[in-house]
Amino acid sequence: MNIPLNWLIGLAMGLNLVALGSSRLPSLIRTVAAQGVILGIMPMVLAGGIDWRVSVVALATVVGKGLVIPGLLARAMRAVSIERELEPIIGFEVSLLLGAGATIAAVAGARWLPLLPEHAGSLLVPGAMATISTGFILLVGRVKAISQVCGYLILENGIFLFGLLLIEATPLMVEAGVLLDLTVGVFVIGIIVDRIQRAFNSLDTRKLTALRE
Amino acid sequence: MRETLLIVVPLAGALLAAVWPSERTRPWLLPGVAGVHVILSMWLLVSPPVVAPESWIGFDAVARAVLPVVSLLFFICAAYGVNYLSLRRERPNRVFVASLLAVIGLLSAGHQARHLGLLWIGTEAVTLTAVPLLHFNNTPRAFEATWKYLLVGGTGIALSLLGSFCLGYASLYGGGGGDMTFVSLMAQGPALSRPWVLIAWVLLLVGYGTKMGLAPMHTWKPEAYGEAPGIVGALLAGAVTSVAFTAVLRVRAVVGAAGAGVIADRTLLAIGLFSMLVAAVFLLATRDFKRMLGYSSVEHMGILAIGASLGPPGVWAALFHVWTNALTKGAMFLSAANIRRAAGSASIDAVRGASVLTPRSAALFVAAMFAITAAPPFGPFFSELRLVRVALGAGHGLAVAVFLGCLLLAFFGMSRVVFAVVDGRPQRAAMEESRRFVESTAATLPALVLLVLSAWLGLFTPRVLQEAWTNAASQLFPVP
Repeated sequence: MNIPLNWLIGLAMGLNLVALGSSRLPSLIRTVAAQGVILGIMPMVLAGGIDWRVSVVALATVVGKGLVIPGLLARAMRAVSIERELEPIIGFEVSLLLGAGATIAAVAGARWLPLLPEHAGSLLVPGAMATISTGFILLVGRVKAISQVCGYLILENGIFLFGLLLIEATPLMVEAGVLLDLTVGVFVIGIIVDRIQRAFNSLDTRKLTALRE
Repeated sequence: MRETLLIVVPLAGALLAAVWPSERTRPWLLPGVAGVHVILSMWLLVSPPVVAPESWIGFDAVARAVLPVVSLLFFICAAYGVNYLSLRRERPNRVFVASLLAVIGLLSAGHQARHLGLLWIGTEAVTLTAVPLLHFNNTPRAFEATWKYLLVGGTGIALSLLGSFCLGYASLYGGGGGDMTFVSLMAQGPALSRPWVLIAWVLLLVGYGTKMGLAPMHTWKPEAYGEAPGIVGALLAGAVTSVAFTAVLRVRAVVGAAGAGVIADRTLLAIGLFSMLVAAVFLLATRDFKRMLGYSSVEHMGILAIGASLGPPGVWAALFHVWTNALTKGAMFLSAANIRRAAGSASIDAVRGASVLTPRSAALFVAAMFAITAAPPFGPFFSELRLVRVALGAGHGLAVAVFLGCLLLAFFGMSRVVFAVVDGRPQRAAMEESRRFVESTAATLPALVLLVLSAWLGLFTPRVLQEAWTNAASQLFPVP
């Protein structure tokens, strides 16, 4: 049981709800960035000391999730001059309710899963489940490409939280996987957003309907 | 050493392509690298190396059973690619050639990955590297297809990472020391925590199933196959999907060792049949002959999943089908690409009379359509027959009935589209358009070679391949 870690996870879970409730894209991007920074601090808190491998993970997470990707997203947003998600598929109130429901279900459901004694009192598993659900709600419930990318980032953050369970046993899997590939993935998505915008002059994914039966 | 070269040579080729100065000569790197790759992989097929059990990467029985066909398909597509890129001089090909070579290097790594994390990294890297290939045509429709590919594929890949973490935690909970090679996970067997193994199986099946294109995670497939160049479609359908399939097989082996094999087989059978049903329904509705290939691929991924659910003989048949499907589907994509280029459209509302516009490609397209819908003497007939016999032997009569019904519907759907395109009198505009496209030997020979290989594989399945598939099946189902 690690009290400071649980505080950080609680904070990240709170940010999930903030993200679900934000209609303005700049605040959504800032929320995702803040969540990234909090996630980056976690490996340090978890290790309890200064270890170079853990420090690299932490630094890369803070820089990647907290600075680089939000910066790219903000740039894409300015390029298309869209500031608001106006007509989401799932409304903001409903999203919030769903997110709150998912959070409660995650905390309750995690009791049923077999956990090692050192993880039993930790919020890592419920935090991961709640964050992954939030990511999915945003991915499905928003129509602007930038909001969807934010949803994808939150989904990724949830997976990162889960990966922290394994960081001592198989650090390589967590490091290489999450940090390198997923951030590159979003980076590429960011470029695509840029290109879509040039092709369509809109970031409304509902307009991507040329291809259908 | 040789097996490492399979990865290193294409990646070095990709770097070389990235700095190669001439647009005109750069495409020749494709067959050059592919030639080395195919020689290496055939050599490895005939005389496989000894793989240390604890190694993270190696040309093991599963890699030996699948990687050579990826290499073969890539070689033939690369030969086609030189001609294709010479017709597409207006598009810069630096990124395209480099990405294509990188994809084959990363695929070789993914196929040889014997470590849960490494396998995931390989699949993820292939997914990202394929992005520039998809929007090579630079049209709004290509962007749309790429966006869907990234969003759906990215979510799938994220779920497979989560699944890998869950499997890792299952091992940790069962007292494992953090060794995530498949060998050590299988050795842990029933000690793996059962709830976590089941969660991991669902996530990994959905994740890698998205990459394979199993329904209902297939939505990216018709878009991507419809808009990508034919050579890219052929490689996605025959090569990229196969790495996701071997991933499913390797994970299935761990789940089986953990004592949940029956549940895994039931889910594979259900998702396989569902994919075939969905594909059959959409094949009856589609009006675009390139999107048709996407749905056909969904159908064949369903067939692979069904094979994987039937124990060692089923896996044998599925590995056979990986080969026959890759070669036959390759022939379809390459001949369809010629028709598409000559006719200027892929919709059956706009294209008629391909037998007049591009007689040789049209003939190949029709033959490949019969081949992929399991007409003898082509490969898919034999691999699917094998699968049906295994399924009947295992008492899955109802599943076989659904399977055969879907094959029949798929045949109706595909023959409808193919003959609508091939028959009839071409429109005047199409006649003029097609004059710019010369149906050269370089454009038709690759598809012909693929078809001949498909028939040869069915009629005279080489002994060495049969042995490779048997070894792979026994690696995946070790006798306790």
